Amino acid sequence: MSDKKQDLRIEILKYIEKHSRVNLGEVAVLLGVEEVDVANEIADMEKEKVICGYHTLIDWDKTGMESVTALIEVRVTPQRDRGFDRIAERLYNYPEVYAVYLISGSYDLLVTLQGKTIKEVSRFVSEKLSPIDGVLSTATHFILKKYKDHGTIMVPKKESERIPVTL
Amino acid sequence: MRNLLSKKIIEIQPSGIRKFFDVANEMEDVISLGVGEPDFDTPWRIREEGIFSLERGKTFYTSNAGLKELRQEICKYLNRKIHVSYDPIKETLITVGGSEAIDVGLRCMLDPGDEVLIPQPSYVSYLPCTIMADGVPVIVPLQYENEFKLTVKDLEKYTTPRTKVLIMPFPNNPSGSIMTKEDLEPIAEFVKEHDLYVMSDEIYSELTYKTEHVSIASLPGMRERTLVINGFSKGFAMTGWRLGYCCGPAALIEQMTKLHQFAIMCAPTNSQYAAIEGLRNCEDEVEEMRKSYNQRRRFLMHEFARMGLECFEPFGAFYVFPSIQEFHMSSEEFATRLLEEEKVAVVPGTAFGECGEGFLRISYAYSLEDLKVALERLGRFIQKLRNESV
Repeated sequence: MSDKKQDLRIEILKYIEKHSRVNLGEVAVLLGVEEVDVANEIADMEKEKVICGYHTLIDWDKTGMESVTALIEVRVTPQRDRGFDRIAERLYNYPEVYAVYLISGSYDLLVTLQGKTIKEVSRFVSEKLSPIDGVLSTATHFILKKYKDHGTIMVPKKESERIPVTL
Repeated sequence: MRNLLSKKIIEIQPSGIRKFFDVANEMEDVISLGVGEPDFDTPWRIREEGIFSLERGKTFYTSNAGLKELRQEICKYLNRKIHVSYDPIKETLITVGGSEAIDVGLRCMLDPGDEVLIPQPSYVSYLPCTIMADGVPVIVPLQYENEFKLTVKDLEKYTTPRTKVLIMPFPNNPSGSIMTKEDLEPIAEFVKEHDLYVMSDEIYSELTYKTEHVSIASLPGMRERTLVINGFSKGFAMTGWRLGYCCGPAALIEQMTKLHQFAIMCAPTNSQYAAIEGLRNCEDEVEEMRKSYNQRRRFLMHEFARMGLECFEPFGAFYVFPSIQEFHMSSEEFATRLLEEEKVAVVPGTAFGECGEGFLRISYAYSLEDLKVALERLGRFIQKLRNESV
């Protein structure tokens, strides 16, 4: 890939990472390129799975819906030939598992779980997660408040105090 | 009783459009495109360093010229950015904003009757500061045809044997115009030929698009003739911290430091500590802000083209300077009607000198969302004016 193409891709991605609902014509204007180039690059990156999806960041606490999120530290014994991948796969296929990361440090996998209630989450840990062969131990942490998520500050920001007209 | 006030000060004209400003600043629900400061908060790591300096009890005066550590960082930064090396001890002074450096610099360079070339449209303080320093301001009107760049032709018209200082206000507020190396070279030759000095106000130097900022001080033989003024307000989004600096010939800096000592003591201590962090670790944040301004700049140029509003493409600061000459009304009249009828505030070009007549300063230090709403209203207003004249 040429440097120029690579740069354009990164510029597009940086912009749409924060503004996924924007139309392509506008991205083209903002980046000073042709709309057709933006459209082509995005289509290619979707095919190549560089762009993996378009999601919406929601503050569920502001809705009526019951929801809890837990971060679960999991220590496991890696398996011969497969390392951590097999255990990770057994976890990430559950729809209620939101994210799975392999982590350096004192534990191995970090699992983010979304459930309706604390009970539901604990049931998942005791019935599904802990019994998996190779899982040595788990530690579950419930999220109490989200201050910032996906690079976005969730607590309300004060209005700007700039004077409207200055020289 | 004798008159309390100095004649010299009374004679300095207040901005003619202050009334317009007062109305705009009092009106509710106005969408303003009228500010001269960034919309970004100061990068957090800079703010955090300011807070930390207070926690550590850094609440005393610094040396008059400013923290040595900060002056060293400034010199490294200028070396990196404009490729001119200055001595942090003898050739650098930390000031209360770039504005103080303009004031003190002119006081230290001018004798009564010395003429100062002030290209306009430009920021409003050069003229009163010249008068306060007993100099004679000589306005050099810049031309739309030249995209408001300064040319030797302009200088030839206004230079006299009394001319001592040339102000270089680029990247320019309000036009957004910049001077490239090629633009600066003949100016530098002219300056040397006529034995002039230059006050180069480079406060918007971080905000250039397409090409990097070039300082006239970096041209051969110009370092010893130039006072470079810069600061943290625009590029680092630190307007309220009031922190600027200047670098130039040691003899000038020495005298400026003397005046600065008597009038100010030193620039705010916690701002100085915070700024060190800015120079050391904020290149990415500054770059992100610049990118964001550039996107908005492109958006505005695109929208102007769509509505058929004449505007040269500016590559600096965060202003565009469209022409409204097709509507046959003064800039102030246009701005007043736009404010009253569509509640959009822009600054009439005449706020920056008479030659700003026929132009508007539109700031893009706003979110894209705000710009969209404002531009929609501007477009509607323009359409209305065009319909009226049919």
